[in-house]
Amino acid sequence: MSTVDLPVAPPAPRPGRRKEGQSPPWRLRDRLGLGLAWCLGLLFCAVAVAIVVYFLIQGIKYVRPSLFVTNPVTTANGTSGGGFLDPLLGTFLVTAMAMVVALPVGISIAVWLSEYGRPAALARVAESTIEMIAGIPSIVLALFGVLLFEAPVLGFLSSSAGGVVFGRSFFAAGTMLSLVALPLVVTNVRAGLEAIPNHVREASYALGKTRIATTRRVLLPAARPSVLTGAMLGAGRVIGDTAIIVVLLGATLTFNAAGSTPLLSTLRGTGSTLTYYVFYNAPTGEGNQPSRAYAAAFVLLVIVLALNVGVDVATRRARRLLWSS
Amino acid sequence: MEFLKPPPVRRLSGEETPGPAPATPDVPAPGNGNGNGGASALVGRGRRRIVSTPLAIDRMHADELSVAYGRKLAVDSVSLPIRQGEVLALIGPSGCGKTTLLRSLNRLTELSRDVTVSGRITLDDLDISAIDSTALRRRVTMVFQQPNPFPMSVFDNIAYVLREQASRRPKRSALRGAVHDAVSRAGLLDELGDDLNHPALRLSGGQQQRLCIARALAADPEVLLLDEPCSALDPKSTQVIEDLIVKLREDVAVVIVTHNLQQAYRVADYVGFMYLGKLVEYGSASQLFHAPREQRTKEYVRGEFG
Repeated sequence: MSTVDLPVAPPAPRPGRRKEGQSPPWRLRDRLGLGLAWCLGLLFCAVAVAIVVYFLIQGIKYVRPSLFVTNPVTTANGTSGGGFLDPLLGTFLVTAMAMVVALPVGISIAVWLSEYGRPAALARVAESTIEMIAGIPSIVLALFGVLLFEAPVLGFLSSSAGGVVFGRSFFAAGTMLSLVALPLVVTNVRAGLEAIPNHVREASYALGKTRIATTRRVLLPAARPSVLTGAMLGAGRVIGDTAIIVVLLGATLTFNAAGSTPLLSTLRGTGSTLTYYVFYNAPTGEGNQPSRAYAAAFVLLVIVLALNVGVDVATRRARRLLWSS
Repeated sequence: MEFLKPPPVRRLSGEETPGPAPATPDVPAPGNGNGNGGASALVGRGRRRIVSTPLAIDRMHADELSVAYGRKLAVDSVSLPIRQGEVLALIGPSGCGKTTLLRSLNRLTELSRDVTVSGRITLDDLDISAIDSTALRRRVTMVFQQPNPFPMSVFDNIAYVLREQASRRPKRSALRGAVHDAVSRAGLLDELGDDLNHPALRLSGGQQQRLCIARALAADPEVLLLDEPCSALDPKSTQVIEDLIVKLREDVAVVIVTHNLQQAYRVADYVGFMYLGKLVEYGSASQLFHAPREQRTKEYVRGEFG
């Protein structure tokens, strides 16, 4: 402490442990809040790690190479054997079909919303429609899909017998699942397009390029990481969906082709995916083969985690190539 | 060789209005003969070149041009010529309509909503409203304030301009010569060497802006519009680009909008001073900076407002 008498005393440093330049200690309430936030954060990490580690252990314990190459076999007493070749292929097939529909449609909607957006009223309606679709539970979409694909007009997309259309096929499930992925594609592509500064568009127009040429050759390539992100997030949702598979894919453990044309018959026929295989073989399911359920769940988890890593890489790459603002 | 040493602007204007003049520092004695002699506060460096090219071809004419955003008049009946062989600089305080004037020259104003343009702009004696806007913008290209190369390689940036709209043809191999030509005209070839596959967004700011100039030149325009091309750049890149602008004026008519009076002084042959949408004064650079006719110009050039 200074002993010199000044007309105005300098602010005396508080006695204590604090060093020069250190900020005052937080109040107790703030410290408690911070501690709570830390605890909750760690808790969520712990939950996530627990899930992954648990399934890793279970997976390694039960996953056999043979599971990937054999088809499920349903024995007479209701328990099932064999592997999950068809469900695994079904997952890829139905996801591919959903994305084949969702990507072009979603990108077109996003381009229209971001680059044209007129008439403004229609754009607003389209926007809220997309939000609404994002909010619809997939089981409701599935029921709607049944109504839709049981219509005789769409009978050619699934098997029918004696004029009765079953409405259960890869076509039906893929189409309805595309609606699950669509909002994610639209939102991400749109965000990517809107992140491109306006002067980049103007630069292209100022070189005599039309709006379409600019979108096609400048904006969409620039938004490619966002397109990838949207596609992978959408695919993740499609892979994880069970309700539409149960209702619209027929939930037959193996492919049940309808017709004789090689690929078309499979697409018109029924099948299942890994999610349904897990559902069926879970301890509470019909099959009740927990070891197979764990193995399939592990494979499912690996696929979804790989997609998430892909999203991460894509967004990081997008961040690296930004215009000076 | 008297014109090599431009008399400092402050002293000249001080002679006419002897108010604030004594506050300015004394002028160094003229006579070092390299054009850098007049080191007043305004004239930082010498003019980049002194003699105007003998051949000035009329390219564009704005005639009683008025542009309004909604009810707000941004450009108010401006008439001026744009000539090849000369650099025209538009100066003036923020919001005086110089950028709007520039953007109306290639009809980029049409992109904004609620814009009304009246008056006449001609390109080679043809009214630009009669030319298809995409064709016009290839003849009157523009470089922006922000360096904005497209997120692709240097080569593709220029190939995009050379190709028809969204077409993928002609192929890369067929365009190599033209791309090299454009890159070298913008003075980038030495720095990039043969690595034209370099991602454009990884270039430095100054190189990006020169790539934008190369892109604008690749369309082989008659008029090149530059909207504050150096305001986002460091002094060194600015100098490189200024040298480039001066070189370019032989082949294209160059119009540059700038906030920077020194820059206008360094690069321009003719200068238009705009204030509140009106073209207050238009004249040769030395006349406008050294002997402005209008009181407003005098005040702006002396740095009293803006």
